[in-house]
Order: sequence, then C-alpha cells, then structure tokens
Amino acid sequence: MKLHLRIWRQASRQSEGSFVTYEADGLTPNMSFLEMLDVVNDRLTKEGQEPIAFEHDCREGICGSCAMAINGEPHGPNAGATTCQVYLRSFRDGQTLTVEPWRAKAFPVIKDLVADRSAFDRIIQSGGFVSVGTGQAPDANAIPIGKGIAEKAFDAAHCIGCGACVAACRNSSAMLFVAAKVSHLGLLPQGQTERKQRVQKMVVAMDAEGFGNCSNQYACEAVCPKEISVEMIARMNRDYAGAVVDQI
Amino acid sequence: MKLDARIPAGPLAEKWTRFKANVRLVSPANKRKYEVIVVGTGLAGASAAASLAELGYQVKSFCFQDSPRRAHSIAAQGGINAAKNYQNDGDSVRRLFQDTIKGGDFRSREANVHRLAEVSVNIIDQCVAQGVPFAREYGGMLANRSFGGAQVSRTFYARGATGQQLLLGAYQALSRQIGLGKVTMMPRHEMLDLVVEEGQAKGIVTRHLVTGELKTHAADAVLLCTGGYGNAYYLSTYARGSNVTATWRAHRRGALFSNPCFTQIHPTCIPVTGEYQSKLTLMSESLRNDGRCWVPKAKGEQRAAVAIPEGERDYFLERLYPSYGNLAPRDIASRAAKRVCDEGRGVGPTGLGVYLDFSEAIGRLGESTVRERYANLFAMYHEITGESAYESPMRIFPAVHYTMGGLWVDYHLMSNVPGLFVLGEANFSDHGANRLGASALMQGLADGYFVLPYTIGDYLSQQKPRGEKADGPAFQEAMGATQARTKKLLGVNGRKPVSEFHRKLGKTLWDTCGMSRTKKGLEEGLAILGGLREEFWKDVKVPGSGADLNQSLEKAGRVADFLELGELMCRDALEREESCGCHFREEHQTSDGECARKDAEHSYVSAWEFKGEGKPEVRHTEPLSFEELALATRSYK
Repeated sequence: MKLHLRIWRQASRQSEGSFVTYEADGLTPNMSFLEMLDVVNDRLTKEGQEPIAFEHDCREGICGSCAMAINGEPHGPNAGATTCQVYLRSFRDGQTLTVEPWRAKAFPVIKDLVADRSAFDRIIQSGGFVSVGTGQAPDANAIPIGKGIAEKAFDAAHCIGCGACVAACRNSSAMLFVAAKVSHLGLLPQGQTERKQRVQKMVVAMDAEGFGNCSNQYACEAVCPKEISVEMIARMNRDYAGAVVDQI
Repeated sequence: MKLDARIPAGPLAEKWTRFKANVRLVSPANKRKYEVIVVGTGLAGASAAASLAELGYQVKSFCFQDSPRRAHSIAAQGGINAAKNYQNDGDSVRRLFQDTIKGGDFRSREANVHRLAEVSVNIIDQCVAQGVPFAREYGGMLANRSFGGAQVSRTFYARGATGQQLLLGAYQALSRQIGLGKVTMMPRHEMLDLVVEEGQAKGIVTRHLVTGELKTHAADAVLLCTGGYGNAYYLSTYARGSNVTATWRAHRRGALFSNPCFTQIHPTCIPVTGEYQSKLTLMSESLRNDGRCWVPKAKGEQRAAVAIPEGERDYFLERLYPSYGNLAPRDIASRAAKRVCDEGRGVGPTGLGVYLDFSEAIGRLGESTVRERYANLFAMYHEITGESAYESPMRIFPAVHYTMGGLWVDYHLMSNVPGLFVLGEANFSDHGANRLGASALMQGLADGYFVLPYTIGDYLSQQKPRGEKADGPAFQEAMGATQARTKKLLGVNGRKPVSEFHRKLGKTLWDTCGMSRTKKGLEEGLAILGGLREEFWKDVKVPGSGADLNQSLEKAGRVADFLELGELMCRDALEREESCGCHFREEHQTSDGECARKDAEHSYVSAWEFKGEGKPEVRHTEPLSFEELALATRSYK
C-alpha cells in the first residue's frame, strides 16, 4: 500500500511553516497511522534529514498526546478514536493525506505537528478540582451516588484533554473541554460546595487564554474521541448563568 | 555493603502505626523552608507533589510530557484493589497482605506489603472525595469486580479507564496546588542526571525539551516517581515515552538497582502483527472475570473459532488451575499461554495467540450487560484488529506490561543515597517476583498520598534547609557530564536510526530474558547486548541539534540507558539460580512445569551497585525473612 503525504513542517514557534510532500510506500493496512509516520521518520533520518516532530505517547487512545488533523479532520476519519487509533485500512491505496497540527490562537505551533496546549492545564488550575486535602476524606460509601449520576459523571470525566474540540471549532472554542470538567464535578455531591465558584473561575480562565465562544455548530462533539456530548455545554451555561444571577 | 531496610520493631500489624507515632516531624512553620523535587507526574508523583504541597513544603514538579495529565498511569484499565470488604465476602487487610505476598511468590518485604494493604482503604476514600467516578451499584454504593490471584472481589473500577480517573484525581489535586502557587510545575523537562552533594541527593539536571536548555535544580530531597523500564523490550504495553533514564542516571550516581530481572509479562494483550509494530495494547485483566481462555485441542486446527465444537476446545487455565481458573495470576497465565502455543496449538496467523471467549458470558448475562462492563475495551480491540469480540473470541498473547524491579528503597521509601526517595513502579518494593492485577494503582497512590508524606519528615527534620541556589562543584560536575553526553550523542553521526538499536535490544531481551530463561540463553543475550552497545556508540544517527525540540535526541539518550540496563537484567536473571514468579529459569522447574523456588539460597532482594564505566556491577543482597507467613509453595490449582 502507498500513500502521498502532505505534512506541515515548521522549524519553530517563530518561523513560518509550509506543507512538504512525502511518499510513503510498502505500507500494510494493519499498520497504524503513527506507525506509518515512524517508518517515514526512520527513512528521513537515514537520508540525513530531520524527522517530522509529532506528539504521541500511550498509542492506545487515552493520554491525549497525539493531536493532528488528517485531511482537515481532527484525529482523522474514524468516529470516537484518536489519531493513534487510526489504522491504514481507513484509507485507500494511493490516497493523498494532508496532515497538520491543531490550528488555534490559544494552541501555538511549537514545531511541525506539535502545538502548545498548556492553556488547558491553566484552566484546570483555575478551579477544575474538588478542594480536598490528602487525609480529609470520609468513608467512601458514606455518600451514596446513584448509578445513573455516576455513569453520567464518568462520561464527562472521560475527556482526555487532546484539544480536538478546539481544533474542530470555527471559533476555536474550548467550551466542550471546560464543560466536561464543570459537568463531571458539578454532577457529583462532592463537587457541590464549590460548584458556583468553579464554573465562574474556569470560564474566566478560558476567556483569558484566547479561546472563542460557542456558536452551537457541534463540530466539537463530532470529533471528540471520547464522544462527549454538547449537553455538557448546556449544563455549563446553566450553571454559569445561575452562578452569576446568584451574585446579583 | 549492609542494606538496612529500617523496618520498625513490633508486631507486623502494628509497625506502621508505631512508626507514625514515633516519626520525627518538621513543624508547620519550618516546612516552607524545604524544597522538594518530584520527578514524574503519574499516580505516585502527582499524589506526592500535591500532598507535600498541602503540607507546606516547597515543591518543584517535573514531567517530560507536555502536561502532567499525560503520564502513563492514565492508561491503566482494570482497577485498584482495596481491603474494604464492602462485598462482605471475607476480605481484610490481612487477606490482601497474604494475597500480595503469595502473588509475589515470597520475594517481597512483609512490612512494606502489610502497610500497603493497610493504607489501601484510605486511597479509595480519598479518590471518592476528589470526585473519581467509580462504578456504583443501583443503591448508590461502590461496585467491585474480581482480579487475578484473589478469591474475593476487592477491585474498584471506573469502566475500563480506572487509571485515567485516578490520575485525573491526582492531577486535579496537583493543579490546585499549582494554582495556589505551592507547586512550580515544569512540564516538557526531562531529568538527565542526579546531583549528589556530600553523599546526599541535592538536585537534578534537566533538559527543556523545547528549547534544549540544560539546567540544574537544587532541593533538600529528590523524589523519583518515574515509572518502570519495560520499554527496554521495545514492544510493550508502556507508552512510547516511558523510560529508565531518571532511575538509571541515579543508579550510576550510587543508587542500588534491585531485582532488575523481575518483569511482568501480562497474559492478555493483542498479538503482534508485523515488523513495523510500535506497541502492544493490553486487554484488561478484568476481561477474565467473564472471558474464558482456550485453544483447540488439536494441533494445526484451521477452522474459525466459532466453528470449533465445545468438546474440541481446551480451556487450559480452567483445566490447569481449577480453583482460580481464568483468574490465575499473570505470570502463571502467561506461561500457560506460551506453553500451549509452544505445543503448536496457538491460534491466528502467527500461531502466537490464544482465544479469550465471551460467548458464555454473553449467553448468561446478555450482550447489553457485557457491553456495559467492557464496551471501551471491545471498541479498542475492534479499532486495532477490525474484528468484533461480540461475534468471535478475541485473540490475545502475553506482552511486557510492568516491572517489579527498580531502585532499592528502605521502609521510608528512601534509596541508599540519603535524600533520594523512590515511589511507585520506579522502586522495587512491594510486588516481589510478580505483581497482582489492580495492585500497581494501589501502590502508586499509597506511596504518594499516605507513605512518603510521613517518611520524608523524618529525613528533612535532620537536615538544614539548603536553599534553592544550584551551585557548587557537584552541580557543575553533573552539568558538565550532561553537556558532554548530549554532545556525544549528537556527534556519533553514524548510519542507523535509534529505533533499529531499540528493536534489536527488545528482541534480544524478549528471547533471552522474557517468559522463560536459561543460563545458555542469558549468556548469549549478554554477548549480543555488549556488541550492540558498542555498535550504538559508533553507528547511531541523531539528526538535528541539541538547541530545540529534537525527538531523535530524546530517544537516543533513553535507548543508550536501556542498553546498559538490558545487560544488568540478564546478569540478574543469570545469578538468580531459581524460578520464582515471573522469573522462570527452565533449569529450575517442578515435574509439572511450575516454578521451583530455592528459598535457602535465594530468598533475598538483589541490589546492584554501579562501579564505574566499563566495570562489572557488584551484587549485594537484602535477605528476606518471613515472620508472619510461612514460606510456602504457591499453588493456584
């Protein structure tokens, strides 16, 4: 199997980037997309060229490191999957693939396909937690939590922080990411005490990072590798409005 | 060298309580005068950094990933053990302790393991308070499942992503401290050396992975929470970035490396399909709650799995180990799978695979219940293989998954280098020669939340705060050595990419120091590895410069360390003339092919000392004494 690749190369944060064409040959459909990049990189190394920089770590869809758009789609063509979970059987022999990093003001490109997503960490640092110190916890079964609520909280908590939602959004909005954390903690009894401050602080932090607003296109939901629902955004908006009204 | 594990006196069940009551403390007003460096942000590192900052210490946290949330603890699937006895099925701290010692084939320390079992219950409380969405029953109480090597249900879980949820809990606790200014977080920093000043660990050297800047950092104590070294095998369930560099560099600075040959091969992973393969994906042990392992009774069977009648199937784990069945411990299940494949009864295109079949469970519980329990695992399997495990059985094969070996630590989790503490998978302490499922998460969080915060005070209370100025000859020397090494890697300018050396190292270790080991094989392995290391330094090609993001340079440094470690793994395996847990020496087996332990000669922890470049390492031993549990032959039959 053979693929024509157009890959974004950019030497550093400051430099201009451009697409560079590579031919990848001798591939098999059971190879993963990232393994194909490994093969290309080994070839470039042998030829004395610098390999393509890209982020990846667990290669099983949970660490959230791998972040690239394939033919304009964040994480490529498969629903509910990260880039590392895309296998070449998803493409046609001879197909051209355009590969580029996340495009968003709040995620500046560092090199080639590597973008800086530290904005997400700063949003969590602003309030995405329950303030409970080590050793302060009551018995785990002291607070019953309905199965349905626990499942819903898990659905939100399953976010891997990859940033595909931002990359897919025409406004580069981080609403799905923020709403997932607001919902995860806001659904559970443990998160109630700080629920109102949390949503306000996180929204302020999100805005300060330069993410855009939500205009209900739902592109985020469509590309989310963990299939997190835009219902979370509605929940966050309700929480936020409630918190603001409470202050009046 | 005499190794003093500093185990407190008194009856086993009271040691930890007594220790806590008598440990020396640092007063609240003085804690902020002490700097602590924490390397790694997985379960052990994130929980330690957060807990120490809550106590008032000045904490600097480092990780090589772009965010602390991406540490590989995130990928743990199945669950976390705790002796809560919520199921009323007879569990207790004592039973968890016994299961863990037995699971580790009597090659771990009783006192450490008992403490682990004691604090296991606090971990679940802490995680629930943080908002970890564990699975629940309809009445709102926590649900449990069973894991290997236990006859009770004590495993807490969050679908097939327990590690993710626990790590995010610890990450959020850490994030809170970063937001409060109590932790300075340094992502995209890789530790490349340890600074030992007047015999004590006082700092580290790091490389900023984006700018390439090398820098020294000083502290009053250094915590290594940098995970295991299974990537030495190239193919493993580890993340691609997981590496041994932090612990290996500390080892070269004097920290003893214990039991390097104890590596866990997990029975249920998706089999290898081709040469290009970069990693192996685990299918959680929790699947063996409902999945049944089998191979055809006949050699060379060509029919599809579903076409093979019941009577022609060999459910080998149920046959060999009737009392534990499919939930036999990992080392035992892996060896059994290898054995049936060696007999020519393996399945799939390579013959290196066995079936993990859910049809009985689907018939008994209905597809929707099976889906609810394992949907994300079945989806992962489908993405990788293109096959549906609802319709035909999964094909699985053992793969490298965890390392029980690591830096030697005492009861305080301190290495033999004062001030250097080692937590989680990076130390050797709790799992002996085989780790039970759902015990890694337990140990990582126990060390970080509930052990180290107590033991570190005992050390720091005896130290004068050093101040964070990273100066003096020890820092200059470490910096110079790191600069020289980086330059050397970039300067070889050979022909082969790093991956070629890594693959060859991995294959050599898998063949000689894998599921089954022999004297002859290990000696051959050592010869190959010696040559490979020489070749690496003559012929590796690292393009680019050291002054920016250079992933080839990162990999080269890590593989150079793996090459040295690989030799130590083989030597350790060679000198342990017995079989125990994961370490199966073919020369030492019972008539039915089980491990033959040699307690009189080998009931010890090996601890290797680095003696300088090109010189053979020296092995020390810490004898293991079993006061509570009688040394017994492990049986799961």
